[in-house]
Amino acid sequence: MKKSKAFWAYVAIAIIVYAVVQFSMSSGMIGSYYSNMLIIMCVNVMLAVSLHLIIGITGQFSIGHAGFMAVGAYMSAIVTMKFDLPFIVAIVAAGCVALLAGLLIGIPTLRLRGDYLAIATLGFAEIIRIVILNVDYVGGAAGMTVSRQTTWTYAFFAMLITIIVIANYTKSRHGRACIAIREDEIAADAMGINTTYYKVVAFAIGAFFAGVAGAIFSHQLFFIQPTSFGFLKSFDILIYVVLGGLGSLSGSVLAAVLLTIVSTYLAEFPETRMIIYSLVLILVMLYRPTGLLGTKEITDFFKFGKKGGKNV
Amino acid sequence: MEWLQQLVNGISIGSIYALIALGYTMVYGIIKLINFAHGDVFMIGAFIGFWAISRWDIGFLPALLLAMVICAVLGVIIERVAYKRLRNSTRIAALITAIGVSLLIENLMIFFRGAQSAVYPATIENKAINVFGAQISSLSLLILGVSIFLMLLLQFIVHKTKIGKAMRAVSHDAEAAKLMGINVDNTISATFAIGSALAGAAGVIFGLYYTRIDPLMGIVPGIKAFIAAVLGGIGSIPGAMVGGMLLGVVETFVSAMGFSSWRDAAAFLILIIILIFKPSGLFGKNTREKV
Repeated sequence: MKKSKAFWAYVAIAIIVYAVVQFSMSSGMIGSYYSNMLIIMCVNVMLAVSLHLIIGITGQFSIGHAGFMAVGAYMSAIVTMKFDLPFIVAIVAAGCVALLAGLLIGIPTLRLRGDYLAIATLGFAEIIRIVILNVDYVGGAAGMTVSRQTTWTYAFFAMLITIIVIANYTKSRHGRACIAIREDEIAADAMGINTTYYKVVAFAIGAFFAGVAGAIFSHQLFFIQPTSFGFLKSFDILIYVVLGGLGSLSGSVLAAVLLTIVSTYLAEFPETRMIIYSLVLILVMLYRPTGLLGTKEITDFFKFGKKGGKNV
Repeated sequence: MEWLQQLVNGISIGSIYALIALGYTMVYGIIKLINFAHGDVFMIGAFIGFWAISRWDIGFLPALLLAMVICAVLGVIIERVAYKRLRNSTRIAALITAIGVSLLIENLMIFFRGAQSAVYPATIENKAINVFGAQISSLSLLILGVSIFLMLLLQFIVHKTKIGKAMRAVSHDAEAAKLMGINVDNTISATFAIGSALAGAAGVIFGLYYTRIDPLMGIVPGIKAFIAAVLGGIGSIPGAMVGGMLLGVVETFVSAMGFSSWRDAAAFLILIIILIFKPSGLFGKNTREKV
């Protein structure tokens, strides 16, 4: 009862934030520069949260997340630009195709562990990029122009749905099975958890939302190119998750928001941005290897009511 | 006789991959870390060779030696500053640090030097030698000669010297090696030094062969060398050599058949096939999973 109350309270806060920003945008208080930043922020939060499910909750070290984003971005662009279907159809199609790609990649590679899995996912992401590069239907290396259809409403609600689904998945029986796999895969197996099934499901859900994020991203940018989805993009997403704290949903959201702001201001100086990024990454790993929040959630610090706080 | 020509080209490109792969495989064998920064050490080696030849005007061999020495020092610094603290932390933390170090080296290089590419001076005359009707460039033979010499030297160090014995002991069982009075820290540093020196040498000969170098050149050969190490069986030194050459030959033949834009995909495909069907690689030993 208490938990669902807290849940609706968060949803209400989110809707209020949405309404305030939407009002400021339509009244012109937030210019196009900042509204662009806010939409990219939503995309980054979605990417961070979807990777958080794979790395933070299930403990499967995937560093090819940009590959699913690329699948989603191109699929949605094909749906809207080649078939002239509405944007919402494109978002769903992008998610579904990315999910299929996730299944296709996840089923063979999730048998691998640790470093090997990381390299295999990186390899698959590069293969996806090279395939797109060589397909003339989507423009190859020259890229593809996309009409801008993303609005703050699409971006915000896609982000909200991502966070709600992944937060609730984490708290469900499936989510607990995933956490058991993260803590000790052999022990989880011994306890009767079908580890392959849960790993693949988590991977597919992560891929689905990365695809949706890709759709929102491509319809914000006017123009997509295979080089936007290289492994530097994957590392970017990885940095959000790791800095925020492996296993902390609010941590990865926070890191994605902060780093989007930082990188927007440093967009003129990409090298400086990457030097700061990499130094922060190294220092955090050396002195605080669990990331900023560790496995804690931000809600653990300020609780609703006397004992309404959740300790999941 | 075109296939012979392609084969020699493939083997000489492959020997560059093999030199880089040796560093990966030695470091992985000893501390179980994929040293992502290794590709960037290779890049630094290429630039040191470039500056040595074009600005200070010293010959090819002194430039090669200089690049190897500086890269060895760089490798030890990276190990001491970034990786030493992480020996007992999780594998994910170590891997992310390695990615961080790699990004840092690349971007510092871009920051101080600029991202533009440089053209390697032609110090060595490139002649075509006719072997059984195939035109084989003298440059690829030189690359092959230098790499084979370095690999033989490495085999000698690993199997006949005291430090090599220590390296084998530490990679077999670090705890037991420590009990036997082996200085594990120094041995790990020596491994980084040797691996990085090989990467530096690979950088110089890569520059000579492809003539164009830039601060991001380390990424793709670095990843391919890693694929070569996995293909040969990570942790195995002969495996890295064979894996590198095999990968070079496959890539050259894929390009020669007219699929040059799919060349990188072929490398990754090999990686994934190997990882799925024989993760221990061609020369690797199967390790039993322990609880």
